[in-house]
Amino acid sequence: MIKIIVVGNGMVGFKFCEKFISKQGQEKYQITVFGEEPRRAYDRVHLSEYFAGKTAEDLSMSTATWYEENNITLNTSELVIDINKENKTITTHLDKIHSYDYLVLATGSSAFVPPIEGVEKEGVFVYRTIEDLDAIMAYASKIKKNGATEAAVLGGGLLGLEAAKAVRDLGLNPHVVEFAPRLMPRQLDKGASNMLRSKIEELNIKIHLSKSTQFIDGDNAITGMMFEEEELLKVDMLVISAGIKPRDELGRSAGLEVGVRGGIVVNNKMQTSDPNIFAIGEVALYNHMIYGLVAPGYEMADVAAEQIMQGEKTMRESIDMSTQLKLIGVEVASFGDPFIEHQDGTPIVYENKLTGIYKRINISKDGKKLLGGILVGDSSDYNSLYQIYINGMAIPKNPEDLILGARGGESTSLGSVMDLPDTAVICSCENVTKGTICKSITEEGCDSLSDVIKCTKAGTGCGGCKPMVIDLVKETQISMGKEVKDVICEHFAYTRQELFDLVKINKHTNFFDVIDHHGSGDGCEICKPVVASIFSSIYNDTANKHVTTQDTNDRFLANIQRNGTYSVVPRVAGGEITPEKLIVIGEVAKQFDLYTKITGAQRVDLFGAHLSDLPQIWKILIENGFESGHAYGKSLRAVKSCVGNAWCRYGMDDSAGFAIELENRYKGIRSPHKLKGGVSACIRECAEARGKDFGVIAVEGGWNLYICGNGGANPKHAVLLAEQIDRETVIKYLDRFLMYYIRTAGPLVRTATWLEKLEGGMDYLKEVIIEDSLGLCETLEKEMEKLVGTYECEWKQVLEKPRLLKRFSHFVNSDEKDDNIEFVPLRDQKMPKAW
Amino acid sequence: MENILSEYKTVLPEDVKIWFKAGTVEDFPTNRGGCIKYKNKQIAVFNFTRRNTWYACQNACPHKMEMLLSRGMLGSAEETPKIACPMHKKTFSLVDGSCLSGEDYSIATYPVKIVGDEVFVGFID
Repeated sequence: MIKIIVVGNGMVGFKFCEKFISKQGQEKYQITVFGEEPRRAYDRVHLSEYFAGKTAEDLSMSTATWYEENNITLNTSELVIDINKENKTITTHLDKIHSYDYLVLATGSSAFVPPIEGVEKEGVFVYRTIEDLDAIMAYASKIKKNGATEAAVLGGGLLGLEAAKAVRDLGLNPHVVEFAPRLMPRQLDKGASNMLRSKIEELNIKIHLSKSTQFIDGDNAITGMMFEEEELLKVDMLVISAGIKPRDELGRSAGLEVGVRGGIVVNNKMQTSDPNIFAIGEVALYNHMIYGLVAPGYEMADVAAEQIMQGEKTMRESIDMSTQLKLIGVEVASFGDPFIEHQDGTPIVYENKLTGIYKRINISKDGKKLLGGILVGDSSDYNSLYQIYINGMAIPKNPEDLILGARGGESTSLGSVMDLPDTAVICSCENVTKGTICKSITEEGCDSLSDVIKCTKAGTGCGGCKPMVIDLVKETQISMGKEVKDVICEHFAYTRQELFDLVKINKHTNFFDVIDHHGSGDGCEICKPVVASIFSSIYNDTANKHVTTQDTNDRFLANIQRNGTYSVVPRVAGGEITPEKLIVIGEVAKQFDLYTKITGAQRVDLFGAHLSDLPQIWKILIENGFESGHAYGKSLRAVKSCVGNAWCRYGMDDSAGFAIELENRYKGIRSPHKLKGGVSACIRECAEARGKDFGVIAVEGGWNLYICGNGGANPKHAVLLAEQIDRETVIKYLDRFLMYYIRTAGPLVRTATWLEKLEGGMDYLKEVIIEDSLGLCETLEKEMEKLVGTYECEWKQVLEKPRLLKRFSHFVNSDEKDDNIEFVPLRDQKMPKAW
Repeated sequence: MENILSEYKTVLPEDVKIWFKAGTVEDFPTNRGGCIKYKNKQIAVFNFTRRNTWYACQNACPHKMEMLLSRGMLGSAEETPKIACPMHKKTFSLVDGSCLSGEDYSIATYPVKIVGDEVFVGFID
């Protein structure tokens, strides 16, 4: 066995182990890791989330058993204090001696504490480890009890701003103190810094720039910071986040070559001045630089692992320091050379103070290459800009199109992800190229996004590249001729139609049965209603049966409105209503103080009902002969009609009567989306039947049947399915059409969109419905007959079963109504108080 | 209405000073939420039977400040248990309250403990 000792168990030390064990031939090596911290390696990049409630375990880079499973010995809380290069041994503070063949120093860095008088005072902290955070949290809660409100962060760089957010999360008012005249001086120019500053100050974080701290004020504990010219900032806590200092003391005492300002010198193999000792991460001084970002650290880990196994890989000459992140909710990105000066290139700057967006790109003198840039407020262009920069791709003739979009033209910065070269690094955290991602699909058998992520690790770092990974996976699959399915969501790898068939064949009647057999996880707001709707379509179960899986409207059998109250719509089939029933609606509205409005579907909508009033309202309505209008469901809403030949001098048939018949036939049936119908008694079309999912219009010699129309965002006229047919044939065709749609459409796809995507279009649909080309018609009719025959009003069900009434109460532990609901006057009625 | 949100701060199990009895296990529907009133707070309590865990969070969705999360749908994203607001389908982690649908705001979460058949929610004050 060849022995490797890794000193330091931070992110880079962990990455070294992870990379190493993934390589061929690793069985010949035995890795032992020493970490001075008491826990396994954790994600320091997301440290501030610890304040927001994440636990140390959440932040951990590995599971508790990972080291053991991979045959790696991990010694936590054990500090290595000495290296003996000649004997190739190390000594720990427990006086234990271990020998090595290769030694990897991944000791990282500590927080740099500037030599300011008084930094040793109580209440001054650094921001580096979970232990630091615990101490900060404890101190903050202590001083808050004594009335303290203000705390400072020294350092306006990346980490400093993260720390400011953390301080804010602890309930203190943060003050960021920066020596330089701008925020994030290494990444941002003046304009970008100003924009970031104004956005951050909106969040009650105060920024103090160009401040040099003279001393920390206070007796034992800090009470303030004194700047130049006697300017005092009163604070009760200070978090120092002013940069890092390489932890090179071990290498230094062992006589390894170190830099003037610290850091262990390494070559492009990550070797120190002793060829058996490697240094990686923030302790390594490569090309006279310390790299405080995770991506170069990970690459160093990979290079060191390769080199130890006699591989070829070396570190790149120039290391890219591009970053993209969300700082306290503000998007910030910087890539390439953000500050280029006039002799080398020309900057193009876009600044919009209204929206808080600043963009800068630096273009080479010849106008052909992108050299770097900065984005604040909106970094959505980062991925494509970065790819253009890093791959040296050609830029548009008008380079400003890159940040402003092509005005008038079509494509913006980067056409398709597939145009990138294979060497393009898509995920810079894990150093995954486009080639690797595509190969995982074409050669290694990955066939989903999650497979690709698992296999390549792309997108597992900061996650910024995820949109590109998604596009790449999709495009690659299409290029292989693979069908890219519209799966329902992460829990089901099926289309709605496939799931419909699975539920039907296996006779599932419970959501968790379905997900246990055909899906994974616990479901979500997308798949649960889909499955509930499938149950309803197959078994005609009302929404009362699967309350857990129903969306809020179906769960409470009413439409949720702006302030969390509900609206109530009783069914008024065909829009025909007696004066007595109209009076009942009016009385109910008066009794419960509801806003009333006539809807577009010829019904009356009653708004502003408290959750707990719904049963009482429906009790009165049902006693007076009303039933649910299913305005809340993905189901038939209404069949609109004109008055018809009973009254109208032009009318050719009884449109109102036919509308009532159709509405009563299809009421309550759940479908992929809502369904609307219309019946007109002549071609004047007063019922606007061709704007509905199905429309029937009386003509000489019968009825014309139109299908797949809708109003809404993309109005579409219904298309003629059959001409001059009688009522029975209309119903026969409608039964077949609706059932076929219910079986095959995707979730929330209306009939018009469904027809658009149906291969063969209307001609095909005519073959299926009229000529029975699939031999399905008998089944479709039978299925519809079953649904029609088992209709029940779901509100009646609720009122008959006290057990079902329990859910109509706002509080579990009180009969009170939600007292946050407020109304204001609106014309002669009322409306919810504005958001 | 923004001031509604200042009422709600995440409580960690180790910081609980008051365990408030919210009701019995039976009072809460399975795999769904119920809302409880505690002083001037509204807290959504979820009996996530499928995961064998109880969760609690503020009832107000930080998007439009409506008291609605208890009426939302439970689910999971990858491994994280989540709640989807019924109003505009913003989703939040029930573990740390972070927004899983890409917004900057988050919700406060509260510890729940079950003693016998009684449900308690933990508060600091």
